[in-house]
Amino acid sequence: MRRTGAQIVWEMLRQEGVEVVFGMPGGSIMTTYHPRQEYGVRHVLIRHEQAAAHAADGYARASGRVGVAMTTSGPGATNLTTGIATAMMDSIPMVCITGQVRTSSIGSDAFQEADITGITLPITKHNYLVTDVHDLARTIREAFHIASTGRPGPVLIDLPVDVQTAEMDFKPPEGDVRLPGYRCEAPIDPATVERIAAALADAERPVILAGHGVALSGGAHLLRTMVETAELPVATTLLGKGSFPDRHPLALGMMGMHGTPAANYAIQQADLLLVLGMRFDDRVTGCLDRYAPHARKIHVDLDPAEICKNVQVDLGVVADVHDVLEGLMPLVRRDDRTAWIERIAVWKSDAAEREIVSHLQSDALTGPEALHEIWRTTEGNALVVTDVGQNQMWAAQYYASSRPRSFLSSGGLGTMGFALPAAIGAQIAKPTNEVWVVAGDGGFQMNIQELATVVQEELPLRIAVLNNGYLGMVRQWQEHFYDGRYEATKLWNPDFVRLAEAYGLEAWRGTTVDEAHDAIERAHGCGSACLIEFVVVGEGEEGNVYPMVPAGAALHEMMQRPIPVGVQSRRWSS
Amino acid sequence: MKRTLVALVQDQPGTLNRIASLFRRRAYNIESLTVGHTEHQGISRMTIVVDEPETSSGIVERNLHKLINVLDVEDVTDISAVMHDLALIKIATVNGTRAEIMKIAESFGARILDIGLDTLIVEATAPGEQIDRLVAVLRPFGIAEMVRTGRIAMVRDGAFDSNQTEKENA
Repeated sequence: MRRTGAQIVWEMLRQEGVEVVFGMPGGSIMTTYHPRQEYGVRHVLIRHEQAAAHAADGYARASGRVGVAMTTSGPGATNLTTGIATAMMDSIPMVCITGQVRTSSIGSDAFQEADITGITLPITKHNYLVTDVHDLARTIREAFHIASTGRPGPVLIDLPVDVQTAEMDFKPPEGDVRLPGYRCEAPIDPATVERIAAALADAERPVILAGHGVALSGGAHLLRTMVETAELPVATTLLGKGSFPDRHPLALGMMGMHGTPAANYAIQQADLLLVLGMRFDDRVTGCLDRYAPHARKIHVDLDPAEICKNVQVDLGVVADVHDVLEGLMPLVRRDDRTAWIERIAVWKSDAAEREIVSHLQSDALTGPEALHEIWRTTEGNALVVTDVGQNQMWAAQYYASSRPRSFLSSGGLGTMGFALPAAIGAQIAKPTNEVWVVAGDGGFQMNIQELATVVQEELPLRIAVLNNGYLGMVRQWQEHFYDGRYEATKLWNPDFVRLAEAYGLEAWRGTTVDEAHDAIERAHGCGSACLIEFVVVGEGEEGNVYPMVPAGAALHEMMQRPIPVGVQSRRWSS
Repeated sequence: MKRTLVALVQDQPGTLNRIASLFRRRAYNIESLTVGHTEHQGISRMTIVVDEPETSSGIVERNLHKLINVLDVEDVTDISAVMHDLALIKIATVNGTRAEIMKIAESFGARILDIGLDTLIVEATAPGEQIDRLVAVLRPFGIAEMVRTGRIAMVRDGAFDSNQTEKENA
């Protein structure tokens, strides 16, 4: 049958099981948009192409399937780049299809021409410029295969106008994708798994570090069974959140710069780290030279380039986390580590006590307070999508997660403006879930235009804007490390409630704990999109994220939440 | 430290760019890079000499492996391999120096490719250091022009891989 390039795009997207595409048409891609309706693939029209990439990313994070974004050439394509880099850093499967000027015009500085394959070369897992319609179907198949297998990542396909209009006799490709240079499988060696099991049995102070790879590999349930069997404490990264329940007795919580004392102290005192699917980001390790100095380190990662990249490890295992956990399951047993578990329990109760005494002292509405209330009201069952900065850390600390793919955040790239568009994708992937956006007043305004998309698509997003009148995380750093000079961090803000109402959302403001509580109840019961502006403390200790590991310090040198003056406690008075 | 990598790559537009980009990103200087066809159609072979910090523990090699267009990579630095450079050197032959230059070239196993009125062209194929010595000896005669291909490498029969990809101290 005769098919145009445009039709082949939709034929292939349908063959790959794509149900939704996020994008915006323009001169060089409208040819491809034209036949979409005949193929029954949903399209979500975003208001800025960056949001198309984030929405596809959020869809992928929430569902585990490949997210798809489609934009025109030139600015449409370059606007995608922040979203592509975000997905690359966090190993998110995504396919971006961009229009391109005619093949005969490429390189001539034609209208809306940008060398997007050149631009995205270092921020994609792979990319393609299709110059012949006969290569199109194969290319789309390869793109989905590459994006979704091995360590996932974004793939971009650049599609010149004349390839979209060209016709050919089309037959859907069959058989396996043939990519001789692509290695995505890493079979595990039983002897290696036995060595890991032996190391665990030998350890007196073991800690499991769970990264994004646990959820990506579908191994969260195996992790839980394994650590419950062997009674092993687990710390998670920001993106590992949800791959082990935050409130599990063996959970240490998040590690790193704003991690829990239990996680950070345990890492520094451990004699064994079993590291699963994480990449030793500098936000996780603190000072590298003094990171986990007593620990033998076993690093399991599917990407061979991650082994010994930042931290020299004693055993590097290139394998899928799921497979390793499966192999370990019959080999692990419970050993008596009462002393270690008790030491951890002291760190945990100490931190909890600090929280309680500082909380009791304060009537003001704070970021932690707002997040805690959201957690209580939603009973921890919401799918939370955070922005970047203080709001992100508070969400990670005070919204306890229990399921993989229920806490979405831009970890590696730290992209402000991520939350709202990513939540659009997440809500479409999980239409029956209660999805909450958590953003600060700074980051929210980076993609605030997507409120229109939310309303147009009738998505019942709950949006929590923590308004402290600052670029809060930068302000916190200025307070601690830049002489308290708040250079360029004070924000004038619009009236977020009236702004949301203008977009057609229900909106409320919470300036006290009681108001916040009422607003959260209303949002929880609201069937359509709504927004709460939380006016939270912007300065002083209550406006800061604690604990905090200063840049260059080791994890155990973390600054804990200060104890308010006049508080007596058996721990701090002695 | 200087490392010599041999990569088999798909002969496609953009492949060289992807490879070069990996080095550029880490600000590693490429000492030399040669590309040419192999015995298999559609597959090119690259020999890359790169100055990589000791501490990088083969990170570039492992990242090269991840490129879809790269079929295979081998670090041949510590393996018994033939490593040759090819050089073409044009030398001025004034004042009757021609015979002397030809004699020097002969003793280095180099060939004379062209003899002109005022210059001659010497072709040398040898390990890089040997060519360095030839160039040093010829320099006083007046080198008018020189081109070198950079290193190409091929592993000898029976050479074994002394590289351990997995560090095993556990």
